Amino acid sequence: MIDQYASVRFNEKVAQETFLMGLESQEIANKAEPGHFVMIRVSEGTDPLLRRPFSICSVEGENLFLILYRIVGQGTLIMSKAGKGERLSVLGPLGRGFEMPQSEEVPILVAGGVGIAPIIFLAQRLGSHKALLMAGFRTSDEIVDKKVCGLLDYQISIATDDGTAGHLGFVTDLLEDHVDSNKKETPSVFACGPTPMLKKVAALTQSRGIPCQVSLESLMACGVGACQGCAVQAASAEKQAYFHVCEDGPVFYSKSIAWECLA
Amino acid sequence: MNSGLGQGFSILQHDDSNSCRFGLAQSRVLYARFITWNNIMDKIDLRVRIGSLELKNPVMTASGTFGYGQEFYPLVDPGQLGAVVVKGLSLKPRIGNPPPRIVETPSGMLNAIGLANIGLERFLKEKLPWLENMNAVVIVNIYGHSVAEYGEVAAGLKGVAGISGIEVNVSCPNVECGGMAFGTDPEVTARVTEQVLKNSDKPVIVKLSPNVTDIRSVARAAESAGADGLSVINTLTGMVIDIEKRVPKLANLLGGLSGPAIRPVALHKVYQVVQAVHIPVIGLGGIVNHRDALEFLIAGARAVQVGTANFMKPTATLDIIEGLRVYCEEQGIARIEDLIGTLEVN
Ligand SMILES: Cc1cc2nc3c(=O)[nH]c(=O)nc-3n(C[C@H](O)[C@H](O)[C@H](O)COP(=O)(O)OP(=O)(O)OC[C@H]3O[C@@H](n4cnc5c(N)ncnc54)[C@H](O)[C@@H]3O)c2cc1C
Ligand SMILES: Cc1cc2nc3c(=O)[nH]c(=O)nc-3n(C[C@H](O)[C@H](O)[C@H](O)COP(=O)(O)O)c2cc1C
Ligand code: FES
Repeated sequence: MIDQYASVRFNEKVAQETFLMGLESQEIANKAEPGHFVMIRVSEGTDPLLRRPFSICSVEGENLFLILYRIVGQGTLIMSKAGKGERLSVLGPLGRGFEMPQSEEVPILVAGGVGIAPIIFLAQRLGSHKALLMAGFRTSDEIVDKKVCGLLDYQISIATDDGTAGHLGFVTDLLEDHVDSNKKETPSVFACGPTPMLKKVAALTQSRGIPCQVSLESLMACGVGACQGCAVQAASAEKQAYFHVCEDGPVFYSKSIAWECLA
Repeated sequence: MNSGLGQGFSILQHDDSNSCRFGLAQSRVLYARFITWNNIMDKIDLRVRIGSLELKNPVMTASGTFGYGQEFYPLVDPGQLGAVVVKGLSLKPRIGNPPPRIVETPSGMLNAIGLANIGLERFLKEKLPWLENMNAVVIVNIYGHSVAEYGEVAAGLKGVAGISGIEVNVSCPNVECGGMAFGTDPEVTARVTEQVLKNSDKPVIVKLSPNVTDIRSVARAAESAGADGLSVINTLTGMVIDIEKRVPKLANLLGGLSGPAIRPVALHKVYQVVQAVHIPVIGLGGIVNHRDALEFLIAGARAVQVGTANFMKPTATLDIIEGLRVYCEEQGIARIEDLIGTLEVN
């Protein structure tokens, strides 16, 4: 766990309301694994008060890590205005990342919206010769270009809610199609996106006995397991009824989550 | 003084990094320099006493914001703090409230964690040994569902080495039975305090709720019952509504407000309680930096706790300790105890 000021090398708009920020930190870049996140303090004042969590979406070279974020409120709006050279307080890398697939498995990476962030990092690690990547967006303007993602060699299957690009419908349709028409494969699914999408992915994989890891979001205060604020209901209430997204996750096997409790 | 400090420190850093290559003579020199440096640092005496408890400095963590002391390690070495107040413990583990449990507010946050904790037994087995190993001064925050249960938790800590004190939470707004229900009634507060004292061999600090008409009467009740000290304040009750869905943003509806937003309220409660009792008072509520901490000390708190600020800046406590030292130096105050309660009111 590193707590330091990282210098912004770039902070560019890459799609509608979506920004890619490069932050300089050798220590974080070195330790980051796909699925890890950082807690960023967007301003030095007391409002906004809490740090904001963001997945690490890529590491470049020795001392640069990237985050891909969407403006959804006050904190991300402030971040979008950070200029080159500005220093932001960053805590990370945090959490438990993705477990790598078994050698015989075909990893299928499924992203919804800006949930593509941790998926990009995982896709880079796995390589296009091994993994399949499907991404859903609301509309074509929100699509993050694969050059920007460092995923030029991937054939990304796209779905949009409004049909302005790729398949008209949800990314989960693409996933369902693929697994049902490639029954001989041994797939392993990795997903991140909005909760309704993850619920569908969980149901779809569970009913077919496909292993599935999801990266979850939750409101967070500390990011390190100290406040218990980021609870999410566990599927089995044997010992521990809640997981803490920051330290038990953010990546979980989907079967361990009580999806019916997630809003 | 300031420049002396800076120099001393750089000498130490320099020598330290090369010390393995030094012979015996050099290491004696190094040792002598280290002592000199230490003496400069030690000129400011940050020690404070809370009754029989002596702390190396007046800065503690606030319960529920620093886990069991290990979560922010290695960023914060708990051994450097005045004390570590751990998450509120109950006899049995408790899973806490359904999410969402937290929501941000202007310069503050609401929490309804519901006192989720691993229970006394696991704490003693899994968490305490590490804290002891780190030479941390440990204060255990406790709560119960009944007056009797408060006594049982205290009894469970009796004779346990490595625990320096008990902080009794009679003021948590987030649990149905227990918590604040005990702390809003002076008579019940007194009974809880007596029950804990009867079952304890450690200093007992009672943590008061600000959600009362007159905090002084509750403070006096705890004092009369024999409390060794008081922590002031726990969170203020509050709520936030999601206007799109027209539902409360916290699943529990009500939560406890903390952070800078509550600081002036907390400071005034501390001031009032200091005036009302003779036992030591620990001040907390919205402290973010050493200037905030100084306000509480000047108002008469013998120590402070830092809560929500740990989320903003994990090293907030360490920065505050250093800030207090520098302030004392600049103001020519040799012992921080000389500063406590020096507020001048016309
Ligand atoms: C582990 C983790 C990884 C994340 N990775 C990314 C990422 O890579 N890119 C990205 O754009 N976002 C990511 N998020 C979500 C991001 O943290 C929130 O969008 C951000 O905190 C919103 O801050 P704000 O001040 O702009 O919005 P606010 O004004 O605080 O809130 C605006 C809206 O965002 C929601 N929100 C606020 N905080 C969170 C949160 N922590 N998680 C989910 N929703 C939240 C609020 O409920 C509200 O609806 C991640 C969250 C988690 C927990
Ligand atoms: C997430 C969270 C959990 C808390 N848990 C406890 C607790 O278990 N016991 C307790 O006595 N106080 C608890 N508190 C209250 C704090 O210890 C403290 O009294 C309050 O937050 C005010 O201080 P602050 O503004 O510095 O945070 C909690 C506060 C927060 C924010
Ligand atoms: S955010 Fe504090 S425990 Fe997870």
